[in-house]
Amino acid sequence: MEKLRRSMMFIPGNNPGMLQNAGIYGADTIILDCEDAVAITEKDSARNLVFQAISEMNYGTEVAVRINHISTPFGWDDLKRILPAKPDLIRLPMAQGPDEIRQIDEFISAAEQKNKFPAGSIKMMAAVETPKGLRLAYEIASASPRMVALAIGAEDFIANLKTTRSKLGRELLAARGQLVLAAREAGIQCIDTVFSDINDEEGFKNEIELIKEMGFDGKSVVNPRQVSVVHDIFAPTAKEIDHAQRVLAAYQEALEKKSGVISLNGKMIDLPIVARAERTLAYAKATAGKGGK
Amino acid sequence: MKNSIGREIPDFIPGLGKVTGFGGAFARKPVGRTAGAALSTCLPRTDKLLASIETAIDAVGLKDGMTISFHHHFRNGDRILNRVVEAIAKKGIRDITLSPSSLNTVNDALIPYIEQGVITAIETSGARGKMGRFLTEGHLKKPLHIRSHGGRAQAIESGAIHIDVAFLGAPACDRYGNINGIQGQSACGSLGYAIQDAAYADQVVAITDNLMPHPLFPISIPQTQVDYIVVVDSIGDPAGIASGALRYTKDPKELLIAKYAADVLDYSGHLQQDFSMQLGSGGASMAVGRFIKAKMLERGITGSFGVGGMTGVFAEMMEEGLFKMMFDVQSFDIPAIDSIKKNSNHLEMSASYYANPHNGGAIVNNLDAVILSATEVDVDFNVNVITDSNGVIMGASGGHSDTAAGAKLTIVVAPLLRGRLPMVKDAVQTVVTPGETVDAIVTERGIAINPKRLDVIDNLKHSGLPIMSIYDLKDIAYGLCGRPEPIEVTDEIVGVVEYRDGTIIDVIRRPIF
Repeated sequence: MEKLRRSMMFIPGNNPGMLQNAGIYGADTIILDCEDAVAITEKDSARNLVFQAISEMNYGTEVAVRINHISTPFGWDDLKRILPAKPDLIRLPMAQGPDEIRQIDEFISAAEQKNKFPAGSIKMMAAVETPKGLRLAYEIASASPRMVALAIGAEDFIANLKTTRSKLGRELLAARGQLVLAAREAGIQCIDTVFSDINDEEGFKNEIELIKEMGFDGKSVVNPRQVSVVHDIFAPTAKEIDHAQRVLAAYQEALEKKSGVISLNGKMIDLPIVARAERTLAYAKATAGKGGK
Repeated sequence: MKNSIGREIPDFIPGLGKVTGFGGAFARKPVGRTAGAALSTCLPRTDKLLASIETAIDAVGLKDGMTISFHHHFRNGDRILNRVVEAIAKKGIRDITLSPSSLNTVNDALIPYIEQGVITAIETSGARGKMGRFLTEGHLKKPLHIRSHGGRAQAIESGAIHIDVAFLGAPACDRYGNINGIQGQSACGSLGYAIQDAAYADQVVAITDNLMPHPLFPISIPQTQVDYIVVVDSIGDPAGIASGALRYTKDPKELLIAKYAADVLDYSGHLQQDFSMQLGSGGASMAVGRFIKAKMLERGITGSFGVGGMTGVFAEMMEEGLFKMMFDVQSFDIPAIDSIKKNSNHLEMSASYYANPHNGGAIVNNLDAVILSATEVDVDFNVNVITDSNGVIMGASGGHSDTAAGAKLTIVVAPLLRGRLPMVKDAVQTVVTPGETVDAIVTERGIAINPKRLDVIDNLKHSGLPIMSIYDLKDIAYGLCGRPEPIEVTDEIVGVVEYRDGTIIDVIRRPIF
């Protein structure tokens, strides 16, 4: 089972109180943010604080850092300062193409060597937030073996589309669909955008249902209260687990009997259904006890 | 002497005399008889109505050295206590022992009267704000005497507190002294603490802004206990008496702690059909209600009764059929006040019925579970809710030790860190609730179960909750914040914390400021 990234929770990199408690809410990944959550005048202090937090805190979960884009005056400095603390993952915002991914990859390789970290141990992901980035999503996703996920950043994307966000999310349908296709083609994960109205629990749930159906692996969240909501919806239901177990049992039985045709309750079962059942059970196992924080 | 939890308590405390050290939560067996109010008579056709508070002070014959009591049901909206003390001071009466059921920040106004020697002793649940700081500096003739709500009821009934005059704010009072707390502009709901004082004070003065025709209905305090009535413009500020509906916290850390606490209750085996519980009114302890409610609905179980310190959130659970009854000693918010007014199964109870350890059995003895907050806890599971990280008095004992002693399962919720300070320590500064009555400490980073509760430990084994030893919890806190410096104190004892049975569980020594 690949690393779970159902919830990737942003933590402002310049807020010591929130950095202190970032690890307690059960998010699969915490993203210490040096980019949008941090005012331009605070960039250097956030960078230092994030470095200290990663070095000193035992978060017990995957720790990512969202750096500023390398085309800004802050991106490379972020990497310089933070890589020696060995974050698990670097998240690049506003990804525009494969070249920048390769540049960062090389920079990380040098840092790994210098700090005697195992080569390739620091992973990368990139957020697509522009039509150009979306067009090049597959190239971005496959530009480096460090890449583990693509994400969509909706606010900038919607602004670029010259539309607005709606409750149903139709404006994002095409982009989300394309992004999942690109990520799947590259064999990496796909993470949905944040839902910023933290008091609209119903809207939040609807959006998680939607992106789960579309094939996303998880969602970026901005508030600890959102973590368990995401996990609950991503968890396989008892019915799904039961069905998966019966599919596998029927498959096993058919193998033992050397029967060519497998059926369950009169429905034919083929290999993709078996693969899906296996995935459901592996997912259930991986998420057990990590569900409802 | 060292008491049974290892606290150094002098045998003789200046101002208090010889004291008995705490010897265990249930070690002390009461002897003797209950004390009582002085006999009195009221001739037919007597008018109990007096013109003013000043006239009432004359009528009761208040003198130097007497003890006067008040209830704290009006919380920060109280307009009685400060006013009465001001009138007493004007009459030149001195050396008064003040015995209110609790003090709020509104009572900071009493500080000048302590400085002037009008008030020389205070016996109450606790103090906050400037008053807390002032009392920590040691300006009283006797140390501040802190008792729990049940302990105060016990002390009143045993005669350890003898109330000469109770001045009781009465939201509704008829011309012959029947009182309730649910009608009028200053309605506060339950009058649980006032009921206690009215029954045992030598003389009772009802002060009201809502004089009603006789007979009043319903009656919480009967006319037989009330000697005089004074009508004033306003006895309380409604905005300070009760907040609008107390709502569940949105603080994610408190919610996480609350969720863990509800899970502990669930896995402990105590969340069963017809269970009973009390929730503290702090953010996290109140939020536990939300998660317990979800579990009750999910499992299709209903509770027997709730106890409080009542909030609308709890009353709502009763109205939804999740609990049969509520026992209410004080009502915290407007929905709770409305509930006690309209629901016959929302019962008012006295402080003694609530929590007195030396009667035929207080309702806390029937509790399955209580969720309590804490300022700090230690590796012996002792809890401090009185002094802050500088050793300054800033809280109240309340019903903490009473409910902890009574309930089958006592869960204490607290953040492991407050800012840069660890809240699980080697030793708390002041013990209010002894660790032997605390079963679980729930923080955002881990849960410790009292090693004595083998049954609970066993039940939680496969819960998936972050269970660890209390020492591990402390180590996490110290690892993040460092070991806190001990608070430097003098030998001067500025406060004593009396356990509910009348023994001294701890003393508060004046910190070096």
